[in-house]
Amino acid sequence: MSETPGKIHLHCIVNEEPRTLQAFPMERLLDVLREKLQLTGSKEGCGEGECGACAVFINGRIVNSCLVPMAQVEGASIKTIEGVAGADQLHAVQQAFIEYGGAQCGICTPGMVMAAVDLLERNPNPTESDIRTGLAGNLCRCTGYTKIFDSIVRACSKQVDA
Amino acid sequence: MSVNTKTDNQFVGKSVPRKEGRKKVTGQALYVDDLAFPGMLHGATVRSTIARGRIKNILFEGEIPWDEFTIVTATDIPGENYVALILNDQPYLAGELINHPQEPIVLLAHPDKYLLQEALRNVRIETEEWPAIFSLEDSLARKQIVWGDDNVFKSFLVDKGNVDDVWALADHIVEAEYHTGAQEQLYIENNGVIAIANPDQGVMVWGSMQCPYYVHKALVKLFALPEDKIRVIQTETGGGFGGKEEYPSLIAGHAGLLAWKSGRPVKIIYDRAEDMVATTKRHPSSTRHKTAVTKDGKLLAMEIIFVIDGGAYCTLSPVVLSRGTIHAAGPYSCPNVRIRSQAVATNVPPHGAFRGFGAPQSIFALERQMDKVAHAVGLTPEEFRRRNFVREGQTTATSQVIREKVEMEALLDRALDLTDYHAKKERFAADNPAARVKKGIGFASFMHGAGFTGSGEVYLASVVGAEATAEGRVKILAASTEIGQGTNTIFAQIAADALGLDHQLFEVTQPDTANVPNSGPTVASRTCMVVGKLVESAVLGLKQALIASGYLKEGYTRSEFQRACYEYIKAHGPLKSYSKYQPPPNVFWDDQKYQGDAYGTYAWAVYVAEVTVDMLTYEAHVQDFVAVQEVGKVINPVLAAGQIEGGVAQGIGFTLFENVVWANGRMANNQMTNYIIPTPADIPPIRVYFEENPYSYGPAGAKGIGELPMDGAAPAILSAIENATGVSISHVPLMPESLMEELGVA
Repeated sequence: MSETPGKIHLHCIVNEEPRTLQAFPMERLLDVLREKLQLTGSKEGCGEGECGACAVFINGRIVNSCLVPMAQVEGASIKTIEGVAGADQLHAVQQAFIEYGGAQCGICTPGMVMAAVDLLERNPNPTESDIRTGLAGNLCRCTGYTKIFDSIVRACSKQVDA
Repeated sequence: MSVNTKTDNQFVGKSVPRKEGRKKVTGQALYVDDLAFPGMLHGATVRSTIARGRIKNILFEGEIPWDEFTIVTATDIPGENYVALILNDQPYLAGELINHPQEPIVLLAHPDKYLLQEALRNVRIETEEWPAIFSLEDSLARKQIVWGDDNVFKSFLVDKGNVDDVWALADHIVEAEYHTGAQEQLYIENNGVIAIANPDQGVMVWGSMQCPYYVHKALVKLFALPEDKIRVIQTETGGGFGGKEEYPSLIAGHAGLLAWKSGRPVKIIYDRAEDMVATTKRHPSSTRHKTAVTKDGKLLAMEIIFVIDGGAYCTLSPVVLSRGTIHAAGPYSCPNVRIRSQAVATNVPPHGAFRGFGAPQSIFALERQMDKVAHAVGLTPEEFRRRNFVREGQTTATSQVIREKVEMEALLDRALDLTDYHAKKERFAADNPAARVKKGIGFASFMHGAGFTGSGEVYLASVVGAEATAEGRVKILAASTEIGQGTNTIFAQIAADALGLDHQLFEVTQPDTANVPNSGPTVASRTCMVVGKLVESAVLGLKQALIASGYLKEGYTRSEFQRACYEYIKAHGPLKSYSKYQPPPNVFWDDQKYQGDAYGTYAWAVYVAEVTVDMLTYEAHVQDFVAVQEVGKVINPVLAAGQIEGGVAQGIGFTLFENVVWANGRMANNQMTNYIIPTPADIPPIRVYFEENPYSYGPAGAKGIGELPMDGAAPAILSAIENATGVSISHVPLMPESLMEELGVA
């Protein structure tokens, strides 16, 4: 890696893999994930924290990666949509989104899945109102949200079954 | 073609999971911004800051290493400087004249996208500013002539019977005017393309788009190259809703021009602000209604004047106007109808396709007017509709005889039952006077034509191919794009049932103009009904070829089919079958008089909205929404319901949330922060019900579905608000400030 003036060295863990990165301190985490690490599952919908398409976990908390400067991720553990499924099994939320119509065009889906996973980790049996609040930071233009809610309810019952 | 009487559907009618679902939920699906090519440059667009005028000079200023940049202006264009569409009036790059804010003038490319942004700010366009007009009223009044001789892109006249003779005979005449605003499509994936272009290879474009062959046609003219030197590939597309119907032709040309000049791949990805400020929106509209009725509530005459604001260039406005015009009199039987319509020019960025394509505007006006007429006659809205619904054997505004079973009354009954409409009306009437939060319920009844209007499908002459592989799998070759609506999945279901095979043997090929025939654009609720029918006949062609050549017998199993493909291909080479559009019989359309069979068929619907209106904050909320529709055979219930729910949500946004704020022809609130679409917290339960009346000429009996759900929400919600407050409102969007004024509080 050649030295670029103004860039800082960072150590973090991305999807359970230790990484050493060079980045400008104010470079957006979203750009580094997408362009340097080729983790293009996180999407940019608005670039101002409104749509949630770029949602990732940092140290277990969900954030919009378009609003996170690289200077803030030193030492952090980051999980992206690429790290949600197990080695040979989708997360219950992902499986439910496929079966119950939670994804249409798919561009909001990575962020929606992250928000749903976050919700179910905090609250395994959410009410409809909990689901609406839990997803309120994520915008979808295709589904009218109904099938996303259905998918999450189904994912809950799957988790209970398992 | 014959009536499809098959009852042994294995996959049609089942909620087969979305074909590309796994890629989408894991983040593996590749959208255009997820692609990169070696040596790729980033491209950006310098735009006009004024609405109208003349370019005097272009200056490259500041501490920018300009020699590192690829710079393209109108003089660099190798072919024609227009986006080939209908009238070819929109330039790729303004050369001398500016006709709207944000008009593209200069293109820049550089490897460093941060430096590129800095450079954009250092290009100065010196201009001479001319007076401009920003509303359809000013355009109609010809305050300035900004397009052609009279500001008019297109006019239509639909004339059935003779309205002039009726006014004197009418018991009631009701006149009113209605307005709808612009609406941003707001697909979550912004517009974007990547181009590679050079004189040896020609031009290749990857992009987010609905209509690869529209882009292809436009690039042929822009580069003055033969058709086989242009190749357009659709990448996974993050929503379209019409917003990626015509605009990709422009941005693809821009990336192509930069690639042509630089000799390197060029990627242009708009950010949200640029996408919202520069690209198309739903046409704002104004509609005047004059309706004559008898005292017992029978429609005698409807005179409708429908005007849409097309923006600075013609683009698709004539066809948007056409659909809006034909739908303006709705699912009612009226002996005398005159509809005059115009699409006019203003100095705002061109308005374009958005789900519903003119119909949501004219249906909004119609349904509000029908409530008003009912009130004038002293009938309930539902009783007035019942007395006027069009029935089998009766005619629409274009004198199209309805030849299918139409049961609008049954749809209405079911919708009112499902919502407990009558009981709620009584309860609300009792509770509202004392309540701060008032409740209301209302509905809209409407229809939406599927496929291109009139002779449109005949001119399109769409083609679909099917190719069998030696492994006995079948590839469907179509230019119809998957944009979230389920093309990949429903085509496989249709094909699987046509051949009696498992849907997993079928795969829809990525739309690439080098590999798939032109099956027309992915618009107009035509993908399932029109192109799906071609899929059905194309795959049947494979079977016929295998049977005719002796490799297959009726009653085959999956392995016999696979074996037959293998042997056929071994002996004869590739096994392909193509199917070309044939119109259903007995369809006649007169393009001059605008009379005849406007559409092969219609989807029919009644939507009911229940609202609350807070009389302190003037916020209106939709609490419950029921959508009952007849769309022919439902191919995939989960995907179909998803279409309805999404369209209704966009309709709720159109009605209560989405307000484009204009400042001298420029969208001032071009951010998701201040242009608000409904969030998960804003959307009520949307309850979707289908009645199935199979359409003889659709695949397995299916009709079009995509646009229909955009039509009903706005009039149903305003009807409910009228029920809650007693005030009839005639415009959308209805923001709380505006509701406060309407209620006479301000």
